[in-house]
Amino acid sequence: MQSELRCTINGVVHAIDGFSSEPLLFFLRDKIGLRSTRYGCGQGTCGSCTVIIDGEAKMSCETITKDVSGKTIETAEVFENQHEHPLVKSFIEFQAGQCGYCLPGILMASKSLLDKKQNLSRLEIAEALDANLCRCGAHSRILDAIEKAHQLSNEKGTQ
Amino acid sequence: MKNQVPKPLLDYPKLGDWLKVTPEKKLVFFSGRVELGQGNITALLMMISDELGIEPEKISLQTARTDMTPNEGFTAGSMSIVHGGQSLRSAVATLRQQILNISASRLGVDAIELDLSSGQILQKGSFCFSIDEVLDQIDLSSEIPAGAKIKEPSQRWVQFREIDRVDLVERMTGAPFVHDMIEEGMLFGAPVHPANMYSKLLNLDVIALSKRPGVIKVVQDGSFVGVLATSQRFALEAAEWAREKSEWKEIDRKIENPISHLMSQSHDFEIVSETGDVNKNSGEWYELTVSRPYIFHGSIGPAAAVAKWENEKLTVWTHSQGVFQLRDALAGVFETAEENITVIHKAGSGCYGHNGADDAALDAAILAKEVEGIPVKVVWSRYDEFHAAPMGAAMSTKSRAHLDQDGYITAFDVEVTSVPHSSRPGTGGTPNLRSAVLIKNSKLPAKSPDVPAIRGGGAERNAVPSYEFGPVRVKKRLVHDLPFRASALRSLGAYNNVIVNEGLIDEIAHRNGEDPLAFRIKHCVDDRSKELLLRLDSETKRYKENLKESQGWGVGYARYKGISGLCAVFVNVTVDEGVVVDNVVSVSDVGEAISPDGVKNQIEGGIVQSISWTLKEAVKTDGLSTTVDSWFDYPIIKFSEIPSLNTILIERPSEKPLGAAEISQGPAGAAVSNAVRHALGVRITELPITREAIINSLLSNEI
Ligand code: FES
Ligand code: FES
Repeated sequence: MQSELRCTINGVVHAIDGFSSEPLLFFLRDKIGLRSTRYGCGQGTCGSCTVIIDGEAKMSCETITKDVSGKTIETAEVFENQHEHPLVKSFIEFQAGQCGYCLPGILMASKSLLDKKQNLSRLEIAEALDANLCRCGAHSRILDAIEKAHQLSNEKGTQ
Repeated sequence: MKNQVPKPLLDYPKLGDWLKVTPEKKLVFFSGRVELGQGNITALLMMISDELGIEPEKISLQTARTDMTPNEGFTAGSMSIVHGGQSLRSAVATLRQQILNISASRLGVDAIELDLSSGQILQKGSFCFSIDEVLDQIDLSSEIPAGAKIKEPSQRWVQFREIDRVDLVERMTGAPFVHDMIEEGMLFGAPVHPANMYSKLLNLDVIALSKRPGVIKVVQDGSFVGVLATSQRFALEAAEWAREKSEWKEIDRKIENPISHLMSQSHDFEIVSETGDVNKNSGEWYELTVSRPYIFHGSIGPAAAVAKWENEKLTVWTHSQGVFQLRDALAGVFETAEENITVIHKAGSGCYGHNGADDAALDAAILAKEVEGIPVKVVWSRYDEFHAAPMGAAMSTKSRAHLDQDGYITAFDVEVTSVPHSSRPGTGGTPNLRSAVLIKNSKLPAKSPDVPAIRGGGAERNAVPSYEFGPVRVKKRLVHDLPFRASALRSLGAYNNVIVNEGLIDEIAHRNGEDPLAFRIKHCVDDRSKELLLRLDSETKRYKENLKESQGWGVGYARYKGISGLCAVFVNVTVDEGVVVDNVVSVSDVGEAISPDGVKNQIEGGIVQSISWTLKEAVKTDGLSTTVDSWFDYPIIKFSEIPSLNTILIERPSEKPLGAAEISQGPAGAAVSNAVRHALGVRITELPITREAIINSLLSNEI
């Protein structure tokens, strides 16, 4: 039996079907019901399906579910009740976004970045987000928000 | 302020058309507008709160659905606040007066002594009771008087001035989109879209397709093929398989290069406006032609919809811009009465005009018809989005300007050659939905008449420059025989027309040694535009100094549709390997800004999207269909390419609101192309201004 395969998603342990070649994107959306992870292209070219796997930002449409066995996954739902998290707070402060279709992926990409690195410049943040597309043109506010969140977490880190 | 009756109020004159009171004594307002990600709901809620005197969180807003709200046409053209919001204001003012009157008779005082604030009735500032207590006495059948007295500008915005987007957090961390809808027993559909909507299906192994993983049913109707499956993944995979295995007969109308095709037309132009005789004998004529290719809307989330048939009645959830128009178009396709169809708006990815939303709704409806009572969700694949969705129309504009001896432009003559900028559902009286052409009982689209002048025109939008240039003539030539579907992409013809006109103005200024901004300012039509350009000038002086060889600056200005929001944009660029936009400063005037930050957000989005169009975007085609399979084939602007943006809004609280979402695309595109011209000394006249285009134009200028 394959039922030993498991992964942890937003702190909850889930069983994985070890035979399936299902992309993680659809596993999250359809099986687990975490639908903030969004289908944009299914080709690894837009970033709207970005989640965090063991600390790294990954495109879930390009990740096969059985390969995340034993790993820890975070999706944008972790922020659902965490409006005080520096990223969520500053996205709200800067009203960073329009249609918001791109935002969960961008939040995940930037969370993984800020969790790992300190003292990033705006350009470094921007370059780290180049795999995430936004068509509404909300980039500038999104960068403002991430920079501010970064500042907040840097301050915390040095205290 | 003069009180004109906004059009929606003429069609929906009763209070009950615009609001209801729930049994829980909650006020629900109706708007025929939809939220497209531009912050509409928030702005409309702010207008209601402000007019009534109640916290936005205590009321709610129902956006467009055919069985409940007024039909306000398409949510497009930056008109939501102008028409929709102003109608709601009149309705709310009527409601407010009724509440005050009812309260006055209850208290035995004169209504004039009462005030309504934070949902409370106040008499000389002291609390009497909550409005909840009188809501059940509201007469919803009463008419909204033509001269409904809305608040004076000086009484406005005492409270609730800057509120956050009400829907932002859910969009960030939740699942509010039509793509996310889940219902008991739902099936997942996927259409098999051919390369062109006139393709005919020759061969497909339907049995093999029905055996693909997860497939429940294959639906075929004429050349329409679709699958119903147990999950979105299986539906998408089966449709992709079918596309690869199927054979189609293509039409023999290949047009390899849409722009040269447009340029080679010789049928007559139609004069769309003429304010005097543009023929001048003395002085000098200058001329410029600029073209833009087909451009994708490129929504990040592909088109999607949910549909369900029950007892011959259809319900559709869609992110369409016009639920009523979609309903009528669907009624045409299924040959049923409009009453049998309910269309409900639900959030989608930003659409930027007429994209594939309506087409996906028909796909879902065709598939759902095969499974009575079961909701079917269709989410297009990225392939569908890049092949089946309508695209921003290719066009070319030639402008000529006459300069007199005193250095003033005294005549202006414009020729626009374009694919029509509209094929929305219902245009020309046909459904205009992609799969409606594919099905057996095929409904071909009528020739599009383009968008009429009364709605700002389509191809010719903003062909009339926003300056005092003496007589102006605009001629338009529509080209109908391209095999691609054209959309109404944000700002329609205004984008290209503003680039040409502002480019020509720049050329004349440069060649006559005048400062481009000063040259514009001396031709301003009014103080409002002059103030805007002077402000732009003073805000950007430092960016014009100490420029390197490879750097340049440029400006673009237009008043959208000639009567709407004013926007002037300055950019400076570095032209090296390609073009890098370094800084953007914009100054805008949208009259009364309901949500100033929301307006800025829209203007910034327009600028960034326009930079992307101008520097990067062109749909590649094989003459019949696009050849774009992924974002790699169609790059758009990335985070690391975003310039610094300084977005200035001149607020005019006592003017009427003018709309914001489409005012910056033309000016931004013009500013970028003028800045490149300034840096290079050569003008790129075929958009986009890619590295390749620059090299080609430098080479051809050396010869
Ligand atoms: S959906 Fe995964 S990158 Fe686009
Ligand atoms: S906010 Fe719409 S795609 Fe980014």
